[in-house]
Amino acid sequence: MAQITSADAPLIKAVGLRKVFPPAKRGGEPFTAVDGVDFELRRGEVFGFLGPNGAGKSSTMRMIGCVSPISGGELTILGMDPRVDSSRIKARLGVVPQEDSLDLELRVRENLLIYGRYFGLKRAEIAERTAELLEFVQLADRAESTVEPLSGGMKRRLTIARSLINSPEILILDEPTTGLDPQARHVVWDRLFRLKQAGTTLVLTTHYMDEAEQLCDRLVVMDHGRIAAEGSPRDLIERYSTREVLEIRFAPGSGDHESALAKAEGLIGTGERGSIDRLEELPDRILLYSDDGEAALAAVHGSGITPLASLVRRSSLEDVFLHLTGRTLVD
Amino acid sequence: MAVEMPQPAATPMAARELQGLLTNYRRTWRASIFSSVLAPLMSLVALGMSLGKIVDAGPGAHTFGTVDGQPVKYLLFLAPALMANTAMQTAIGESTYPVMSAMKWQKTYHAAIASPLSAFDVYLGHVMFIGLRVLMNCGIFLGTMALFGAVEAAGPAGIGPLLALPAAVLTGLAFAAPVVAWAVLQERDTGFSVVFRFVMIPLFLFSGTFFPVSQLPALIRPLAYVTPLWHGVDLCRGLALGSATAGSVLLHVGYLAAVVIAGLWYGARTFRRRLNP
Ligand SMILES: Nc1ncnc2c1ncn2[C@@H]1O[C@H](COP(=O)(O)OP(=O)(O)OP(=O)(O)O)[C@@H](O)[C@H]1O
Ligand SMILES: [Mg+2]
Repeated sequence: MAQITSADAPLIKAVGLRKVFPPAKRGGEPFTAVDGVDFELRRGEVFGFLGPNGAGKSSTMRMIGCVSPISGGELTILGMDPRVDSSRIKARLGVVPQEDSLDLELRVRENLLIYGRYFGLKRAEIAERTAELLEFVQLADRAESTVEPLSGGMKRRLTIARSLINSPEILILDEPTTGLDPQARHVVWDRLFRLKQAGTTLVLTTHYMDEAEQLCDRLVVMDHGRIAAEGSPRDLIERYSTREVLEIRFAPGSGDHESALAKAEGLIGTGERGSIDRLEELPDRILLYSDDGEAALAAVHGSGITPLASLVRRSSLEDVFLHLTGRTLVD
Repeated sequence: MAVEMPQPAATPMAARELQGLLTNYRRTWRASIFSSVLAPLMSLVALGMSLGKIVDAGPGAHTFGTVDGQPVKYLLFLAPALMANTAMQTAIGESTYPVMSAMKWQKTYHAAIASPLSAFDVYLGHVMFIGLRVLMNCGIFLGTMALFGAVEAAGPAGIGPLLALPAAVLTGLAFAAPVVAWAVLQERDTGFSVVFRFVMIPLFLFSGTFFPVSQLPALIRPLAYVTPLWHGVDLCRGLALGSATAGSVLLHVGYLAAVVIAGLWYGARTFRRRLNP
């Protein structure tokens, strides 16, 4: 029986969700990719998963997509248990996987036809949806093209169109814009935003901070299979970063970077104007976190540090990410 | 996981995968149909017609069995066996590279299991599709056999040669079910050429297609009896010539069906392991 979910019940609820992969070789160690995560997806929101490579984002998406059995904890999707009702759940999901899975030999339109048939839709219904969806992702003029020669951005848009063929209640997007040029990314963002406006609930993973800031109402930062933090982009910045950041750079190989690092540590928590909360060292620069970046820069100069270049900017999600995972997101 | 509750008026899940593959086939059939029918056709012409004349006139003419006291002409002996071989070759061909492509290259299996289809539905749909491909190729081959005079009315109501067609499909399925199940596990295509060279060709040569298995050395004869192809060859031939007994039909159909079922059992596992890690 399809379960009735009340309007404010979460669409997806995970409690202590785990994914353990069996060892690749006999006698090897099993690998824990998702190590007890809790989250709730609310109707109408865009929920993001951020995390470095191997954090367990795709593993989580695949469990939500009912194509990977859960190894532990609880997972409820649309009020149903994926172990029992995977087919019924999948009928109401749309999935954009990390890697495209289009039939390259077929035409654009035929890809949607086959996919619509998987959902048991009638041909006439599929034809109608196809026209709308290709219009929506700006591929209407390519309906009769073979998929193979399409650009990466077009293939991604086609995958998004395909995922919408069954008018899903939840759309799961695993790195929807990775590998796309800025123009193509903006088109995808715009379409995702329109879907949200139209009431579709979105779950997405991304490596792009700007994408997460623009699209996500709430997000989690994942690392080593766990959730390191959860909140809205603004919340997270307020909670885990200062208002401003001072970036300073030095000539490579001069040794200035190392000596500046030692001096800058002396500026942490002095309580004076320009005092810094903490610092992060990156290979090519040092980030100093302070509520007043200009004052921090003055303090830096005052302590005898002479950076080659400096920049004061507002804190972003990238800083939160760096703080929580100790890594930048650039692969 | 398969759906527990039937959805009225909806196409069964595996049939949806079958439809998808047929849609794909509509675009790609030209390349495949030629090669899969041409090879056995060449054997039919080269061996059945040319060599057949010599064999039928020689001292070994009785080697190929008798029907109603008359020795069976070599062409008639060979043709239904080549149909069983067409079934095997079509099935193995369709069960190797296309499966790897759907699993690893184009990932269309992954696309399908994100929909209501389960891994088993996808597997079953693919095996059903191969069954249809075998039916097509063997049907075309049977038509060509008739053109070359390799078909004579036999069996109940004279439809023996037609009965060989479903037998050929069953033979094809006995290869498709286990080979698809195995192919989905392959990381590289090297195993495929091993199957072509060390399974398909030896079976083609030694499963009673060109000469009765009784002519094989006693030591390797039992090997021929366990291969699905021998059962397929003997079944197709027996039906086409009208020489099959109820017992032999039952034995062959039972054996081939058992191989199909074992293949399906294995495929349910391998597909789940690969597609639902
Ligand atoms: N089928 C599998 N068998 C064994 N290990 C796996 C399997 N799939 C993923 N893993 C491992 O689980 C970990 C998490 O992988 P996952 O794909 O979920 O990460 P991710 O956060 O999506 O990373 P990325 O940003 O690179 O896509 C990785 O170490 C990966 O090697
Ligand atoms: Mg991933």
